[in-house]
Amino acid sequence: MKIAVCAKQIPDPATPYELDPEHHWIVRPDDQILDDTDRYGVEIGLQLAEASEGSVTLFSMSPAGNLQGIRQALAMGADKAVIVSDPALKGSDALVTAKVLARAIQQEGFDLVIAGTESTDGSAGVLPQQLSELLEVPALTFAKAVEHDGDTIRIHRQTPDGYDEVEATLPAVLTVTAGVVEPRYPTFKGIMQAKQKPVEQLTAADLGFDATEVGAAGSAQYVRSVTPVPARQAGEIVEDDGEAYRKILEVLEQAKVV
Amino acid sequence: MSDPIRPIATDPLDFLETDHLLSERERLLRDTVRRFVADRILPEVADWFDAGTFPKELAKEMGALGLFGMHLEGYGCAGTSATEYGLACTELEYGDSGVRSFVSVQGSLAMFPIWAFGSEEHKQQWLPRMAAGEAIGCFGLTEPDAGSDPGSMRTHARRDGPDWILNGTKMWITNGSIADVAVVWAQTDDGVRGFVVPTDTPGFSASDVHGKLSLRASVTSELVLDDVRLPGDAVLPDVVGLKGPLSCLNEARFGILFGAVGAGRACYEAALTYAEERTQFGRPIASFQLTQRKLVEMMVALQRAMLVALHLGRKRDAGTLSAQQVSFGKLDNVRQALEVARSARSVLGANGITLEYPVIRHMNNLESVYTYEGTNEIHTLVLGEAITGVSAFS
Ligand SMILES: Cc1cc2nc3c(=O)[nH]c(=O)nc-3n(C[C@H](O)[C@H](O)[C@H](O)COP(=O)(O)OP(=O)(O)OC[C@H]3O[C@@H](n4cnc5c(N)ncnc54)[C@H](O)[C@@H]3O)c2cc1C
Ligand SMILES: Cc1cc2nc3c(=O)[nH]c(=O)nc-3n(C[C@H](O)[C@H](O)[C@H](O)COP(=O)(O)OP(=O)(O)OC[C@H]3O[C@@H](n4cnc5c(N)ncnc54)[C@H](O)[C@@H]3O)c2cc1C
Repeated sequence: MKIAVCAKQIPDPATPYELDPEHHWIVRPDDQILDDTDRYGVEIGLQLAEASEGSVTLFSMSPAGNLQGIRQALAMGADKAVIVSDPALKGSDALVTAKVLARAIQQEGFDLVIAGTESTDGSAGVLPQQLSELLEVPALTFAKAVEHDGDTIRIHRQTPDGYDEVEATLPAVLTVTAGVVEPRYPTFKGIMQAKQKPVEQLTAADLGFDATEVGAAGSAQYVRSVTPVPARQAGEIVEDDGEAYRKILEVLEQAKVV
Repeated sequence: MSDPIRPIATDPLDFLETDHLLSERERLLRDTVRRFVADRILPEVADWFDAGTFPKELAKEMGALGLFGMHLEGYGCAGTSATEYGLACTELEYGDSGVRSFVSVQGSLAMFPIWAFGSEEHKQQWLPRMAAGEAIGCFGLTEPDAGSDPGSMRTHARRDGPDWILNGTKMWITNGSIADVAVVWAQTDDGVRGFVVPTDTPGFSASDVHGKLSLRASVTSELVLDDVRLPGDAVLPDVVGLKGPLSCLNEARFGILFGAVGAGRACYEAALTYAEERTQFGRPIASFQLTQRKLVEMMVALQRAMLVALHLGRKRDAGTLSAQQVSFGKLDNVRQALEVARSARSVLGANGITLEYPVIRHMNNLESVYTYEGTNEIHTLVLGEAITGVSAFS
């Protein structure tokens, strides 16, 4: 099975992001890391590839920087990476990002595309569905378990009260929920080999886009303003007089978590 | 002239931005070990220390990662640089000196002599399994009456037809009772030689040292060799004399001079966080000048230690590092880490004496690290000889 895994390089969330004041775009440093969410996609991709003697190719659109994030995924065991990197892509919204990735993936060929449900920095949570539309294949989303059998891919799709069993015929797009598998550590041998693995770098033009179709120019969406998250309110302390559980249940019900 | 000096710095945990001295591959490897330590060591290590155990099962996970003999080539070893080995030690010892000791002993003290001095059969038989963590090794040099002066060892091996017969006692042997193979150093008619001893050989026994208040998450044992009969080819063919064991110790010390920085960093981090959160006299204790001095001394000492480690690592990879320079690093980095730990302990007040925080665990561990692999005093004398040309001990 030929597996395409979306792997987004993002600024380390442990250090505060800078947004440029004019466009509110994230200022991307040279050192970007692999979005933690995508470690799960890489792990599922590697498991499916191992079981089917297939291959895993990473797809990423971002300023290449020093490729640290991509190397991490390669060190976990992915076979190669295709990274689309071009100043012309600056300011692309999710749909443009999806168009770019879709074309890169199409060019390479695929049986299955795996992505996270939602990136850590952008959090739009829409890109994989856009990919499925653009690639004209079904989307299986919020997978918490994945099974592959010949031409069929079957998942447990996470729902608020349990899961649905959903299946599709390949080719397809799959999104995995963070935390569903334990992503492997890159092994030292993997780290040693990562540098030798092929990393193909493409520009927008290589994929046949002209400058007006991508970047801020090609994007219908832009960020009008940015407001910092309000500071969290102090928590409420419930004294246990034997009846505290009622109060706690009430709060949980109000929050609609039970 | 270059740009003006920036007005502001910087990261309290990497003040001099030494991170930029690392290559991308070094950082990836360092981050991988850091993640492993956060996931697998930190949540449980206080309990292991409390119970005085090391979970042997971890060996396979560490092997799968590639930690054992990582800087050796071939035989299932990862073949990293020496600097990368050092950086892994820093992260492991951020977890616990006992955990780092486990890896040092396996890689530098047990696998290294087999890799450097063993026969092809020794290598084939042991190295791949040891690299994978399926077989555990130990290193028997020290004896009850021969510590700093290993040349006075009494364990001896004599020939009996084609075989060797070993007798003697080894003391303070890390991993002794959980080892599958021991590299034992013994006197022979030709001088000191190393022997590859499967621990299920009749006459070999190991019993643990109890009552340790340091390095408790590490097994320390006494080995008794009572007429242990080994085939003629059990001897390491390619080295005779004390330079055999001493070259292994140099390997391990190299890891320790990086490792100590990790233990120190754990203490400094704990002290910094605590000082910011703990309030007395209506203010965080971090606002008191005396506390600030402690925190600054810790930070400065650790940054300096890291620079020394990286410098020695680069020299090692360039093939220009001397044993005396390793002594410099072991001597100073370990004593600095110990000072940091003691000072951090005081910042934490009474909380500093509990296993709730990592500090006293590291502080007690570092007392062992101060003594093993050449005591602070012996490394001082090595440096004394190096700069004066006069040996104070031989
Ligand atoms: C406030 C804000 C600031 C922004 N600043 C910038 C900026 O400075 N520079 C810039 O280029 N873009 C910027 N963007 C755009 C944003 O990064 C893109 O929209 C993004 O590539 C797709 O949206 P998402 O990450 O929210 O996707 P989601 O739909 O949340 O992503 C779901 C999954 O799709 C995959 N995926 C998403 N994006 C990529 C990618 N690029 N490569 C590989 N896989 C991917 C991942 O597997 C991810 O888990 C900004 C967006 C916002 C809202
Ligand atoms: C937890 C732990 C694990 C260990 N693991 C191993 C292992 O796996 N394998 C192994 O072989 N050994 C191991 N050791 C042993 C360790 O290497 C020795 O303890 C060390 O070499 C010191 O020897 P000693 O304890 O006999 O002290 P001694 O040599 O008796 O020293 C006592 C004191 O005298 C000082 N001293 C000695 N000679 C001189 C001199 N000439 N001038 C000035 N001062 C001097 C020393 O510096 C020290 O302060 C371990 C030790 C510990 C604590």
